[in-house]
Amino acid sequence: MNPSLGSSGQALVRPRRGIADYVETALPKVVLGPTLICALIFVYGFILWTAWLSFTESRILPRYDFAGLVQYVALFANDRWWIALKNLGIFGSLFILFCLATGLLLAILLDQRIRAEGFLRSIYLYPMALSFIVTGTAWRWILNPGLGFEHLVRQLGFEHFEFPLIVEPKTSIYAVVIAGAWQSTGFVMALFLAGLRGIDDAIIKAAQVDGAGPIRIYASIVIPSLRPVFFSSLIILAHIAIKSFDLVMALTGGGPGFSSDLPATFMYTFAFNRNQIGLGAASAMMMLMTVMAVIIPMIYSETRRQRHG
Amino acid sequence: MAEPYRTHAAGPQLIGRTVIYTLLILFALYYLMPLFVMVTTSLKTLDDIRAGNLLALPAQIGFDAWVKAWGTACTGVYCGGLKGNFMNSVSFVVPAVIISTLIGAFNGYVLTMWRFKGSDMLFTGLLIGCFIPFQVVLLPMAQTLGWLGIANSIPGLIFVHVVYGLAFTTLFFRNFYVTVPAELTKAARIDGAGFFTIFWRIILPLSPPIIVVCVIWQFTQIWNDFLFGVVFSSGQRQPITVALNNLVNTTTGVKEYNVDMAAAIIAAIPTLFVYVVAGKYFLRGLTAGAVKG
Repeated sequence: MNPSLGSSGQALVRPRRGIADYVETALPKVVLGPTLICALIFVYGFILWTAWLSFTESRILPRYDFAGLVQYVALFANDRWWIALKNLGIFGSLFILFCLATGLLLAILLDQRIRAEGFLRSIYLYPMALSFIVTGTAWRWILNPGLGFEHLVRQLGFEHFEFPLIVEPKTSIYAVVIAGAWQSTGFVMALFLAGLRGIDDAIIKAAQVDGAGPIRIYASIVIPSLRPVFFSSLIILAHIAIKSFDLVMALTGGGPGFSSDLPATFMYTFAFNRNQIGLGAASAMMMLMTVMAVIIPMIYSETRRQRHG
Repeated sequence: MAEPYRTHAAGPQLIGRTVIYTLLILFALYYLMPLFVMVTTSLKTLDDIRAGNLLALPAQIGFDAWVKAWGTACTGVYCGGLKGNFMNSVSFVVPAVIISTLIGAFNGYVLTMWRFKGSDMLFTGLLIGCFIPFQVVLLPMAQTLGWLGIANSIPGLIFVHVVYGLAFTTLFFRNFYVTVPAELTKAARIDGAGFFTIFWRIILPLSPPIIVVCVIWQFTQIWNDFLFGVVFSSGQRQPITVALNNLVNTTTGVKEYNVDMAAAIIAAIPTLFVYVVAGKYFLRGLTAGAVKG
């Protein structure tokens, strides 16, 4: 089977040809088989199945008569879906911005030969080990106006202080941003820190010989050379944002009303609580397409890099 | 080691160092604050919560809220606390982690040491499974679990978590085995060693680091999962994350924040414990598996 084997190798292998050899070549495929079949059915098959459901008038029970784009038309005529999309825009952009900015700042600060760096790093990162449900529960308590942060500031003497962020329909989505950024910043910090440690010192030394100060070096050499880390963090954070579900469920339940709905909570509500299977399927397909639009450039650049590396 | 562009702790730079340390400590306090609030709130009485504030220490430390969260708190009409749900989570997380890690190890081994025509393409196809928003498989899976007779059951949750964890565990092992020199297995093959012999004698002894990373990643992901739990289970079969959410959202009677916080900590303890004892591996898994989100 292996043409590169020398004649001695051939001589050793030859007596085992036949059934044993056939088994040997088939075995890897047999081992990989179940996983491939699972992926084929439970990922690709189910995506097609959901796509089909999104083209039907299914409500409480799935139906399979083709009905065209009715669910998509209904979806984009639905105010609640538009609120979910708008919230995704607000949440996504602020969440990504906060995580990138704070993550980079923390990484640069930690990169100044800090005592107890490992200890501080593990403090910034521990929220990543928590469930979004735990995070949501904690922040819901902290942000509640009655006894939480607002109460604390009032006790400090600011008796008319108000902080109704989480109970006001206009601002509830910002509560999700605060909790989400708290959970994910440490992770972005870790990515940036790894990036900073990988920068070639020779370039920095050359710049110093030319008389550049630390701020200049960071602004024109260090940060630009972190571009790949920015790129991958951006994609990871966008991916987290689009899939965000647990955090909203625990923090606001999508409320007040449905003012902090995201596409994921919209899909869950309509598919499983309101028995609108077709509409739920259509919103799930929209989520899939959004994720793919973010992810495909990454897969593409990854495979290119592997081929050239 | 001492890169010259990083600031030095000398003379005029002392102010700079103070600023850096102050900022780092302030951020650390901010990140620790929710944990501090959770722990102190869980140890207070309700009167104490009303009288004090978020950051006040408990007037008297009591574990009543913990006892209630674990054994008697009500979620909906059921008043048995979270202990049953905690055990539910244990009983599907452990098998799902073991099975998905084992299959992932074999897949990674095939995809690196026994590549065949088209195997790279199959791997890329498999990888898509890491990225899809799971909302897109929920409706078909709900129906399929019903057909298989494992809807709303522990085996059903094991099945779902294994199926959607495989892409990830395969990715971990594949990327680890790629770094193993091919000469190792080539030599063994010439000596007539077969598929399982090579795996058992050569590959497995090299694998402990990646097994730890994979197990920790899978454990954290599956323990913390909410979506599959809330869709594919109900009542007393629900995992701890779903029960916690129900407990917090139960609106009957007085809102017991101390019980909520104790319940949240109970749900967080297993993954926090793993983080504290194996943080290094946790971070490695995170960076390798970041895309799952």
